[in-house]
Amino acid sequence: MSMFSDPRWGEALGHLPDYLGNHVRVSVAALALGLLVSLPLAILARNRPVMRTTLLGLASIVQTVPGLALLALFYPLLLALASLTLAWFGFGFSAFGFLPAVLALALYSMLPVLRNTITGLDGIDPAILEAAQGVGMTPRQSLFTVELPLALPVIMAGIRTAAVWVIGTATLSTPIGQTSLGNYIFAGLQTQNWVFVLFGCLAAAVLALAVDQLLALIENGIRNRRVWRAGLGGIGIAALIAATLVPSVARAPSSYIVGAKTFAEQYVLSALIAQRLRAAGLSASSREGLGSNVIFDALASGDIDVYVDYSGTLWLNQFHHSDIKPREELISELKTTLAKQGITLFGELGFENAYALVMPRQRAEALGIRSIADLAAHAATLSIAGDYEFFSRPEWASLQKAYGLSFRAQRQMQPDFMYAAVASGEVDVIAGYTSDGLIAKYDLVVLDDPSHAIPPYDAVLLLAPKRAGDGALQAALKPLLGKIDITTMREANLRAGGGDAAASPDAVARWLWQKIDKP
Amino acid sequence: MPSTPLIAYDRVGKSFAGGSSVQRVIAVDDVSLEVAEGEFLTVVGGSGSGKTTLLRLANRLIDADFGRITVEGEDVAATDPVRLRRRIGYVFQSGGLFPHISVAANIGITPKLLGWPPPEISARVNELLELVRLDRREHRDRLPQELSGGQRQRVGVARALAAKPRIVLMDEPFGALDPLTRDALGDDYRALHKKLGLTTVMITHDMTEALLLADRIAVMRAGKLLALGTAAELSNSDDPYVLELLRTPRRQAERLNALLPGHGAA
Repeated sequence: MSMFSDPRWGEALGHLPDYLGNHVRVSVAALALGLLVSLPLAILARNRPVMRTTLLGLASIVQTVPGLALLALFYPLLLALASLTLAWFGFGFSAFGFLPAVLALALYSMLPVLRNTITGLDGIDPAILEAAQGVGMTPRQSLFTVELPLALPVIMAGIRTAAVWVIGTATLSTPIGQTSLGNYIFAGLQTQNWVFVLFGCLAAAVLALAVDQLLALIENGIRNRRVWRAGLGGIGIAALIAATLVPSVARAPSSYIVGAKTFAEQYVLSALIAQRLRAAGLSASSREGLGSNVIFDALASGDIDVYVDYSGTLWLNQFHHSDIKPREELISELKTTLAKQGITLFGELGFENAYALVMPRQRAEALGIRSIADLAAHAATLSIAGDYEFFSRPEWASLQKAYGLSFRAQRQMQPDFMYAAVASGEVDVIAGYTSDGLIAKYDLVVLDDPSHAIPPYDAVLLLAPKRAGDGALQAALKPLLGKIDITTMREANLRAGGGDAAASPDAVARWLWQKIDKP
Repeated sequence: MPSTPLIAYDRVGKSFAGGSSVQRVIAVDDVSLEVAEGEFLTVVGGSGSGKTTLLRLANRLIDADFGRITVEGEDVAATDPVRLRRRIGYVFQSGGLFPHISVAANIGITPKLLGWPPPEISARVNELLELVRLDRREHRDRLPQELSGGQRQRVGVARALAAKPRIVLMDEPFGALDPLTRDALGDDYRALHKKLGLTTVMITHDMTEALLLADRIAVMRAGKLLALGTAAELSNSDDPYVLELLRTPRRQAERLNALLPGHGAA
């Protein structure tokens, strides 16, 4: 009982009209598009063995691509296409959110529909086909009045499978900017909000089951010639679509969209930005859980208006520089580069979220280690752990080069577990993140980097090209600049990982604002 | 025999690609045959004798390789096959009823394809149900699978007659029925044939049925037309295969006469 008195259920419920509506819209559009393409293809292919094998083969291959990857692939694809149409025909389109999600999901829905339509048409008794010909039907009349009605149960089974797949996979469209029930799951996983994760999974499952049952009703009605059953199912589906369309049509579109990447700090900061905008009388909404490859392009093309990025990430990953420059120089150079794309680097928030070598304070003091240079002398007897990408990142190469680091052993770990592992002595050093709240919690120490091998990762506010001259927006954001120091951000991150009601990004953002809003 | 042939085969040939062998299988080999208006012709022969192919050539379910086929004086090769089929009734071996639509919809299908107005189709369906002796109220709105085999075949006959064809082609229509039902249906159809002035070509593997129903019997073997004539003419044949075919019904008739005395001989 106490589990359900958690206020986060209420918060989750508040998001439901928006998330569910978007989820239904993207699923229905994808399914409709999938059917529109696969049904005629299946009918064309059934008497053409080569086309049929090719189609089914291609659809099977698509099916083996993990849903997340398929969705993520469509974003750059459409982005390239949009720039082509802009260059050739003078119009572009948004490659963000709805369109790539619909296309990827439609592709995903094709296999069961193709396969079942072909199987269903193949399974018809040849004597019936001959009879259709014998009573004087044209091939088209035979297809529409005999073959398709007889194959319908098998085709409907395929459509039901496709519907369940699409609704399930649509939860993965959150990282490419399509709001969906996946927003609960992505946000929940990152902020340890299990209520959200559970709520998102349940909502998606209930939706999938409901649609499946409505389609079953239609199928059953058609099979047994019960018009009212098929009608009831049809009305059910139509009502579901209408119910999810109405609130979003009625709601005024928000003018500012704040982006957030897929980790807790980003959720807190985007909540903080949205709160500041609302406090300034502007309407704002968050688009959370965006992949780091997607979010920058989304800002550049104006699909989102503002987000927080890190100078080192932009420097290394976005602009592919291999040299590392001092903080001020790097920021000013970034400003110039970004300005060429019309993007405003509005300013630094005051803290850094960089990779850093971290070890327990007591251990470091006992060994007399204060900096990475000190560590290098002991490295041969120590082990190091990092996240899945650290050891293949330029920072690690740069560290090895600058300090001649060579550890006894190196391991890869889930970021959440690294800090506990180093605190318990399972590994000696970890490559952690400077703004992580767990550094304070486990009494760890960040080792100095006197040779500046790791580039600065200052948190910076980026504004979309169309907001370059937006005075109201900039006035609302100005109070945040330089105000969030590393200690405050660490504490905010620690709170966000608390796993209780006070840990929701909104609550932490309010706490953060109280903390920094001092003259 | 009446004069004008309603269906005429003139040196017709048809072969199919063989299943496993490279050679083509000859199904119909240089067959010439005329069916007069009002005639009831049965075609008998073993499986693979080409009798079904011969029947299907007439409404272009299959197209001939050689020769010429005319129906009501028209060369079928020059006729639109769909229009041709709509004016020829066809009864399929296992009924061939559409399982997803009602008895009435099955019967009314060809008139519907021809664009008859719905009230007219409905009246015609009632008329046909009566003609094939099915109770209108009981059977009209049923699905085919709810009927017995004999009832389904009656619906098959009604469907073939729906658009008032002059010609009816029947592909072993009563083969899968029990002997009593088969006999009753055969008699009923024969009466309809006469009453409606139809021209009927019926395929059967049952020589007794062929002899009892037909005006003339055509005997096929290995794609060739072996013999053609009335029962009496066939009995004078000197072809051993024809005589072999006639032996079974003859022996049955003799034994039955011996077993059932007092009812008078046929």
